[in-house]
Amino acid sequence: MIRPDAELLLDISDLHASVEDQPILKGVNLQVRAGEIHAVMGRNGSGKSTLSKVLAGHPAYRVTGGSVRYRGDDLLTLEPEQRARLGVFLGFQYPVEIPGVSNLEFLRVSTNARRETQGQEELDTFDFEDHVRERLKVVQMDPAFLDRSVNQGFSGGEKKRNEILQMALLEPVVSILDETDSGLDIDALRIVASGVNQLSSPETASILITHYQRLLDEITPDYVHVMAAGRILRTGGRELALELEQIGYDWVDEQLAAEGVV
Amino acid sequence: MVNTVLTPVQKRGQANLERLGLPTRRQEAWRLTDLKRLEAMASLPSVEGSAQHAWPSIHQGVTRFVIGTGVDPLEGVQLPEGVSPLSEAELEQALGHTLDRCGCAETWPVELNHARSQRVLALRVRGSVAPLEIVLAAGGGLVATRVLLLLEEKAELDLFQVIPAERESAAAPLAHSHVIEVHLGQEARLRHGVLASASDDSSLLAHLAVEQEPRSSYDFVSVCRGWRFGRLEPRVLQVDGQATTRLTGLAMTGTDEQFATHTSVCFEGPEGSLDQLQKAVAADRSHSIFNGAIQVPRAAQRTDASQLSRNLLLSNRARVDAKPELEIVADDVRCAHGATVSQLQQDQLFYLRSRGVAADEAAALLLKGYCCDVVDRLPSMAPSWLASAAINDPARPL
Repeated sequence: MIRPDAELLLDISDLHASVEDQPILKGVNLQVRAGEIHAVMGRNGSGKSTLSKVLAGHPAYRVTGGSVRYRGDDLLTLEPEQRARLGVFLGFQYPVEIPGVSNLEFLRVSTNARRETQGQEELDTFDFEDHVRERLKVVQMDPAFLDRSVNQGFSGGEKKRNEILQMALLEPVVSILDETDSGLDIDALRIVASGVNQLSSPETASILITHYQRLLDEITPDYVHVMAAGRILRTGGRELALELEQIGYDWVDEQLAAEGVV
Repeated sequence: MVNTVLTPVQKRGQANLERLGLPTRRQEAWRLTDLKRLEAMASLPSVEGSAQHAWPSIHQGVTRFVIGTGVDPLEGVQLPEGVSPLSEAELEQALGHTLDRCGCAETWPVELNHARSQRVLALRVRGSVAPLEIVLAAGGGLVATRVLLLLEEKAELDLFQVIPAERESAAAPLAHSHVIEVHLGQEARLRHGVLASASDDSSLLAHLAVEQEPRSSYDFVSVCRGWRFGRLEPRVLQVDGQATTRLTGLAMTGTDEQFATHTSVCFEGPEGSLDQLQKAVAADRSHSIFNGAIQVPRAAQRTDASQLSRNLLLSNRARVDAKPELEIVADDVRCAHGATVSQLQQDQLFYLRSRGVAADEAAALLLKGYCCDVVDRLPSMAPSWLASAAINDPARPL
């Protein structure tokens, strides 16, 4: 939902970042307002996942230029946990397995960290169990997953559902979902997409990083951006995704060549 | 009971200690040991320990023995059905037998214990009995304790040993010298857990000798943490093979602590099995040592043994030495071994942090996750000890 007067939640300006001294992001500009859903598309290696990790504060990525303001404040000076507590959520492309750490305990610790920042009371073990069982419905997850170690032995689809469950518990303001649709069958995709739709509101925003139109059939974006060579090359409405489906990315090479980038 | 049987043992022990002298780094088993700490420990006076208020209450159905206090550990204890004390005559016959068979009767830590211990808790177990808990009382000085257990054919027992290191005065160094001998008759089953947790200037020399008859099962779980100087030596002998041994251990070190685990399993007959997992977590400037000997002589055909040593380094100044030592003569055997050294996984840390978990809390969660496959295998009495003021260390949670 585009409302020009809605709060500017995320303001990314000329963002440059590298990993292991290799520049990946080379001037990303993006503004995200409350209520909006943005899709970021592009070939492998175009910098989409790097953008998501930089926004979440991954220590392996170094910001070399530009700025990111989250609700008016500098996001880049914050530790990853501070960003999460303030409402920035990254749904991982490859959710990490953590043997020996109970999913339930992990979810409770993270939920309480966010609640504390929001000025809400911490939930004790019993209250949290009630709360999490309610939220499980959003992603139609079996409560048995709560007793297992974080993501360990989960199928690809179960891991992604666990990500959306975390999103449901943390109630983020800006969600960045990095290829949440990859590796999902049609049913799992619908469940995950329905979860994201249920959690969307006029006060929050989502950035969906994806390769495929099929996710965007389920979650309608307000904006579609095409990333290439570490920046956003083109921005359009939802029709741009459909167009990409037809024409692919060959035009990207031509445009980059015309700009003298490659 | 002050065991008169021990009087000649003490004399022999003292004479042997003098003859042996302190171990030197030229001896392979002591090559990496901080011998100054060993010497400091050995020079501590013998003392009697005392029971502490911080100990958790006794679980229902569990019998607790407190040893090392100077009081007869059987005094005031109602022995469960199937458990009986050994007579002096039986004790004379059985004491030291398993140590001899395991080839450790004349090692330095055992001789130190021989020279110092005044009492032995000696029990015979028949049939399936209720769990036993043995707590080692500590004091400012060296407390020497000794246990002998005879599990008869088909006997079954859960045994939990707790070695806390509380002290009356923080200034006094504290040490435990402990020896336990266990004989498992045919088809006997022993689940044996040891929780040894200390802080500050504490030392531990613990020696376990276990003899297994065919078709017996010995499942040993040890969790050791916080000893400035420590050495745990479980030695298992399968006298005719065909027995099952499982060894699971966790050694956690921090500050400038040094802890060594020397395990030895010998198969003297065919078709025995061993499943061993030894974990270490080394932080700060600490040093963790693991030496895992497995002997498979010609008679031990069709032995099935596996040993895995996993080590987690929490600081780049910490050190881990892990050494498998397999002697295999028999040709029809399966003996697998492996060792890994790693650090906390950065991707796991970031994942937790990206969900709002603070960096130190995330590291503690990961550490707990790393340790839990050992800690969770301790007997059912363990959680209340882990939560008690006697053991719990908020800075180093388990």
